[in-house]
Amino acid sequence: MSASSHRLFSRQDIIGFAILAAVIFIVLPLALDSFRLNLFGKYLTYAFVAVGLVLCWGAGGILSLGQGVFFGLGGYCMAMFLKLEASTPENTAIQSTPGIPDFMDWNQITALPWWWEPFNSLLFSLIAVVMVPVMFAFIIGVAMFRRRVGGVYFAIITQAFAAILTILIIGQQGYTGGVNGITDLRTLQGWDIRTDAAKETLYYVNGVLLFACLLIAQFVRKSKLGRLLIAMRDQEDRVRFSGYDVASFKIFIFCLGAGFAGIGGAMFTLQVGFMSPTLVGIVPSIEMVIFCAVGGRLSIIGAVYGALLVNWAKTSLSESFPELWLLGLGGLFIAVVMAFPNGLAGIYAEHIAPRLAALFAKRQTPAAVPKPKPAE
Amino acid sequence: MLDNNPNFLLMVEGLTVSFDGFKAVDDLSFYVEPNECRVIIGPNGAGKTTVLDLICGRTKATSGSVNFKGQELLNKREDQIVLAGVGRKFQTPSVYEDLTVFENLELSYPRGHSVFGALAFRRDAIVKARIAEIAATIFLEALLDEKAAFLSHGQKQWLEIGMLLIQDPELLMLDEPVAGMSVAERKKTAELLNKIIKDRSVIVIEHDMGFVEDIATRVTVLHQGKTLSEGSMERVQNDPKVIEVYLGH
Repeated sequence: MSASSHRLFSRQDIIGFAILAAVIFIVLPLALDSFRLNLFGKYLTYAFVAVGLVLCWGAGGILSLGQGVFFGLGGYCMAMFLKLEASTPENTAIQSTPGIPDFMDWNQITALPWWWEPFNSLLFSLIAVVMVPVMFAFIIGVAMFRRRVGGVYFAIITQAFAAILTILIIGQQGYTGGVNGITDLRTLQGWDIRTDAAKETLYYVNGVLLFACLLIAQFVRKSKLGRLLIAMRDQEDRVRFSGYDVASFKIFIFCLGAGFAGIGGAMFTLQVGFMSPTLVGIVPSIEMVIFCAVGGRLSIIGAVYGALLVNWAKTSLSESFPELWLLGLGGLFIAVVMAFPNGLAGIYAEHIAPRLAALFAKRQTPAAVPKPKPAE
Repeated sequence: MLDNNPNFLLMVEGLTVSFDGFKAVDDLSFYVEPNECRVIIGPNGAGKTTVLDLICGRTKATSGSVNFKGQELLNKREDQIVLAGVGRKFQTPSVYEDLTVFENLELSYPRGHSVFGALAFRRDAIVKARIAEIAATIFLEALLDEKAAFLSHGQKQWLEIGMLLIQDPELLMLDEPVAGMSVAERKKTAELLNKIIKDRSVIVIEHDMGFVEDIATRVTVLHQGKTLSEGSMERVQNDPKVIEVYLGH
């Protein structure tokens, strides 16, 4: 058992990945029209964040309430590239300074700021989508984890970062688009991202990238580093006295989660067509933690379902009862924490998987009687 | 005196730690030779556990020096001290309850301590053989796949000793290794400790005098953060200062 449970994929994992792949690549595209499919594509961009949170929070015990920061940084890096491409001198001929993004012109800025220049390059922008969040996470990580800030204190500080970044973006309207964000994005290297066909393609690109992140997450969890994270969560001191530099492991996993979130943010920008500070702040950051909690903070697959389900509920409910949604979300979070601390994945593992196993066992050996579960 | 011996493994000199003015350890000096088993005894609050905390970096010293194989330990992080060859067992068993016995031992195996080392770590035949060997030593070979949370108190203590053993430290520090054990477990543990202290230096904090007499090369009696007496068990037991501290309170 000890040997088989550390193969990269157990049988359970293969089934889980296969079902998820079928849902994302077959069921959803067949079942939904292109408007709804695009919506689900948007939900799946949050799954990147939720998967990162499973690693940081579920496995490593590092609760970050500021993942929106990394999602936003990734999204803004993508949006800056798309905005520059949309702001050709021809498209912006009516501005007093043609060739710069429209919001800069509205704010009496007459030249492109130097730090916008590199975002003319697609390659630079794609690297920045991952590296800007990772570097920011690295700085926060070094500052916090080396000083052994953890637990609630860390959560509060990350939340403060989410608030700071939102305020900064809104305040620097001329450079960031302010509260409206960066809007009116049109093409990617000449390819119009606003058409239904493009949105469908982007949905699949998003799905493939999500699976790439899931595979990385799976690899990390099944490596010794994954077991170390669990050990750190339970007995941080003991890990130190087994000769590990606990801070460097926390920094690594926090950066990995930030990198995932950055990719999610960039895919959000591409699929939805804008990026704004409302996706960076405290509320979206906490929502992201809820996606992870609902899906099951110990399960990377569960986190994807959590992101899909909560967002789908959000869209459906906020269409009918907009003012009740936030209360409903809070209630959902409390319910999950109180009744199902391991979320959907926990419900599956405790109630559904044993029954399935019993069912299969019954078929193979008709004499076998399913064991009654005390938990039920 | 002892200071002239160049072959000490550990030299603690003038070690002092003060918590808001209270000196838990006060200008303490002692020297441990290779393969020596040093037992630290003393009344409650004498600073015994604090001394171990200072050596392994868990508590930062106010002043003094801890020299291990020619390296100063006081300015090192806990994990660097461990990698230098100092192992520490805590008073309450601290094992990873969510992991199996096998995984507990595996994490303590001295390889792959960096982030990328841990990612690249593979469970090869050498690791498996070593874990099997240690598990047999600590009487847990049948429980390798059991989660540590399901072990008895005594078995957790053994597991933690095993986790130290697999690190193969040159200096092993044990804080009350037989505390809270049943008589049968205690006997087995004494047997185990006798086996593992052979090829290394050990510092043990222990109250069980029978056990101390059995294993100690030399005994240090601490009182109010200072050395009260030091020497063989016999000498210490007959020291009038020690008798006064133990009986006068």
